[in-house]
Amino acid sequence: MERIILHCDCNNFYASVESLFNPKLRGRPFAVAGDPDQRHGIILAKNYEAKRYGVKTGNPLWLAKQLCPDIIFVPPHFDLYMNFSQPIRNIYYEYTDRVEPYGMDECWLDVTGCVPAFDGGKMIADELRERIKRELGITISAGVSFNKVFAKLASDYKKPDATTVIPYESFREFVWPLPVGDLLFVGRSTARIFERKCIRTIGDLANTSRETLKSWLGKWGEVLWLYANGYDSTPVARFGSQPEIKSIGNSTTLPRDLTELEEVKIIFMVLSESVAARLRKHGFQCETVQISIRGTDLSWIERQGKLEAPSCDSTSIYKKALELFTKNWVPGKPVRSLGVRGCNLSSRQVCQLSLMKSVQQIQRREKIEEVLDGLRFRFGNKIVVRGTMLADKSLSDMDPQTDYPHLVLSTVHSQI
Amino acid sequence: MYPMGKKYIEVAAYFDTEGKIVPVMFWWDDGKSYQIDRVLDIRRAASLKAGGTGMRYTCRILGKERYLYYDDFTNRWFVEVPDKVS
Repeated sequence: MERIILHCDCNNFYASVESLFNPKLRGRPFAVAGDPDQRHGIILAKNYEAKRYGVKTGNPLWLAKQLCPDIIFVPPHFDLYMNFSQPIRNIYYEYTDRVEPYGMDECWLDVTGCVPAFDGGKMIADELRERIKRELGITISAGVSFNKVFAKLASDYKKPDATTVIPYESFREFVWPLPVGDLLFVGRSTARIFERKCIRTIGDLANTSRETLKSWLGKWGEVLWLYANGYDSTPVARFGSQPEIKSIGNSTTLPRDLTELEEVKIIFMVLSESVAARLRKHGFQCETVQISIRGTDLSWIERQGKLEAPSCDSTSIYKKALELFTKNWVPGKPVRSLGVRGCNLSSRQVCQLSLMKSVQQIQRREKIEEVLDGLRFRFGNKIVVRGTMLADKSLSDMDPQTDYPHLVLSTVHSQI
Repeated sequence: MYPMGKKYIEVAAYFDTEGKIVPVMFWWDDGKSYQIDRVLDIRRAASLKAGGTGMRYTCRILGKERYLYYDDFTNRWFVEVPDKVS
């Protein structure tokens, strides 16, 4: 039976929520923007009035001001946006239990069986748009198709406040002329590879042989071929099912460029403690640590290394992160942002007993850090801090877990 | 005609055995209390005029129908008022 999949995407979500709660912003160009003093000064979301001036998400504030001198900058209220996501999803749950969020402002819905035929999908999509506008005061764009990838393409097609349908019978005419970069999971670097191979549209991709794509991109090439040809069969997850977590990481743009190793150590320690705490919270340990470093010229690198044994203690993660940094970054070269990620996760319940002293030490440290988790849960993250962090509070005084809400994305791909 | 704004007000409500919240009376700036004669409709709605969303109660007060909103994000009640008043 043909599936009926909807993809619902809130239009300019952060900006829409801000203008709902602050009517004085409506009709004027404004953008939700980070704090330039903390060097997080980029546009996070803009409204349609600002968009008309060419302001784009990710623009630095100075550029946005240049493009639109009258633009108003509004600080973000992430807790408000996160709270606002829930009533939207509650409306979706009234139609189906197969509701899979994709970030705060997007959701897939599988309404197969809720309506007798494919045409009913548009009816549900239109009703959802109307209800969300009436009950919550924001608009969404909805896409209706027979798989998740095309449903998302459809919702991206017309904004704001519109429903677009891509039925099986006409998907080639609709989808194949679109730029290959519009296809889900074709990011900038993949699009550049395709550009070099003269693959410019989704149709070009669909009509390239699977073997050729596999030779260029490995398994991923085959997945994209399936997507382009309408063979995506990934299910929409049921409400309450946990996404598979592949890795846990934290990164931060620094309040000032760092050149001294002692300063970098402080940041790595803060990030490692956060990653370790989150690993423990989810019941994981990691085998591999990956770091990312961005320089002041905005070039960036990622490097990874294996731990001696799977662990979730911050010292092990920190030491590996530091080792990777000193091996791969020229001493003294300014650093603009840093990230630490724990990969190759396994469940903490699988814990090999070891006679090796170093592994026993790791396990002892994990126990100590579990006690610290309990104290921080009760009294706040600053109740116990490492001595090194007191050396420079302007660097260590951040809480990656609450200051930078993260999305843990799962990527469930169709089997080839 | 002034643009509309949002005014938070004090409300007394009862909670029935099924968890329904029903407003009974409210107080205005003049210190006077006003009885809500009857709740005619309850539904979730956004107030673009006031700038918010919540459960919108259509109430009969002194013979006239008025909207009262219960903002379940912040557990406060608000009404739409001309902006010079808010």
